[in-house]
Amino acid sequence: MELWKMTALELSGRIRAKEVSVAEAAQAMLDRIEEKDGLYHCYVTVDKESVRKQAEEIQKRIDSGEFAGVLAGVPVAVKDNMCTEGVLTTCSSKILGNFVPVYSAEAVRNLERAGALVLGKTNMDEFAMGSTTETSAYGVTRNPWDTGRVPGGSSGGSAAAVAAGECFAALGSDTGGSIRQPAAFCGVVGMKPTYGTVSRYGLIAYGSSLDQIGPICKDVSDCAALLEAIASYDAKDSTSVRRQDTDFTSALKEDVRGMKIGVPRDYFGGGLDGEVKEAVQKAAGLLRERGAAVEEFDLSLVEYAIPAYYTIAAAEASSNLERFDGIKYGFRAENYTGLHDMYKKSRSEGFGAEVKRRIMLGSFVLSSGYYDAYYLKALKVKALIKKAFDEALSKYDIILGPVAPSTAPELGGSLADPIKMYLGDIYTVSVNLAGLPAISLPCGKDSGGMPIGLQLIGGCFKEKVLLQAAYTYEKARGEFGLPEGSGKDAGSIADREEAEEAGRYGEAI
Amino acid sequence: MANKISDETIEYVGILAKLELSGEEKEAAKADMGRMLDYIDKLGELDTDGVEPMSHVFAVQNVFREDVVTNGDMRADILKNAPGEKDGMFMAPRTFE
Repeated sequence: MELWKMTALELSGRIRAKEVSVAEAAQAMLDRIEEKDGLYHCYVTVDKESVRKQAEEIQKRIDSGEFAGVLAGVPVAVKDNMCTEGVLTTCSSKILGNFVPVYSAEAVRNLERAGALVLGKTNMDEFAMGSTTETSAYGVTRNPWDTGRVPGGSSGGSAAAVAAGECFAALGSDTGGSIRQPAAFCGVVGMKPTYGTVSRYGLIAYGSSLDQIGPICKDVSDCAALLEAIASYDAKDSTSVRRQDTDFTSALKEDVRGMKIGVPRDYFGGGLDGEVKEAVQKAAGLLRERGAAVEEFDLSLVEYAIPAYYTIAAAEASSNLERFDGIKYGFRAENYTGLHDMYKKSRSEGFGAEVKRRIMLGSFVLSSGYYDAYYLKALKVKALIKKAFDEALSKYDIILGPVAPSTAPELGGSLADPIKMYLGDIYTVSVNLAGLPAISLPCGKDSGGMPIGLQLIGGCFKEKVLLQAAYTYEKARGEFGLPEGSGKDAGSIADREEAEEAGRYGEAI
Repeated sequence: MANKISDETIEYVGILAKLELSGEEKEAAKADMGRMLDYIDKLGELDTDGVEPMSHVFAVQNVFREDVVTNGDMRADILKNAPGEKDGMFMAPRTFE
């Protein structure tokens, strides 16, 4: 097998067995980036020199026995909203076009402590605001399955890089679906952990009460391994949660017998693409086949999640982005008259349209006279949504549904109508409002060959249940393959569908 | 559109947001915000009387630490990112005339 097709864990096994050196793995990625990234544009920054130096250093520490873990020597990518010491961190915005952090995000440091090699920084929607990676100030990222389509967003560069084999795994961040939706669109696995599991220290804030860092990987096992490495209690993040049960790889067991899975009827109504619906229902059928108790239920309040989410996210964004003032770092306008004019001009020239739209909306809903009617109302609705999920998750171990209403849209079709774009987040935003963990993994392809994502949502701190169900599903589904995978990879899901048509998996729900 | 955003409102929000919008951008922002607020008004359908606003999903408390410096002197490194710097300080435009 070519190196770039391996999972992170397959690679690290070869590195430990001394069959592959870290330098070879790193070079394979640099070659792949050289060959493919001109087209896909997954990365904003790759520092080849630093990659080679890191490879040498990491190899030494593996040889000395210091790095013995499963991520030692694995080249990974990091979304460009996480600070990396000495490496340009732009948030895909002009306003941070020259920002070189003096420290690294805690999640990045945790990866480095595990011996992973950071290849570079991936493209994203500007300040993580968007669902297509088209609002980046540095150009769009293309979906490796079909370069006429978006990779999703906002962690589109990370998801596309994993799918394209331009890294073995990546970090993304998820405020309203920004890990899960691009993972679904790119046919890879993405996980948003319970709020507070991964430190937000060094993550450039968008909606602080919703933001959470998580892994994007080729499979569920890699996801568990990355999450295990990045999860930590961190005094530098005041919302960090002290947890003991972060040995996530121990949950990689093929067993869903007796697991209770709830399928919300309200996730399968109007607006959901027929092929997505069918694929997700088949996935539920497959889990039932493996012994899970699957039943439908009414979640309620689904249509209120997006208005509540956009109110809260915009409010927090308007506050968080006040720090970009042209004084401490980043872009400063050239011509201005006095301090306030400098603030205004630097921000107006430095931020893109979608960011300004959300800052304006956020400033409005927080302004006196409107605060109660909009912001406070949204926080009350958030409480109701959280309650609805708590009730459902007291009955079910897992809630199963689609990640997005459709597969990846064509480039250029989404930004003209923001509300329509926001509606694409209908199945993902509630998870952030309620602080829950969720995983997105591929469950089929539409007639155009584009990947479809399955979402599993768990109760707070129940990542292990999610990983176990996801792992079991992945095994039952069979190899999904990469966009440029071998014929064998592409064939196995077709075989599976043929078998399903023959009634092998019983009736779908 | 039920929500009509006036010129004064856009002007005021622009001041709060510290953004300077061109005439064209202002018109677009008025339409945009009106449509978003129409959409957000959907929340009004829900009876939330007596519901506590939830700012945080867990019952977290303030987190305090001892007032002890743990990091080193990073002044020079930090100032490297500043658009303006003088004598080890951030340089800002004149605040008072």
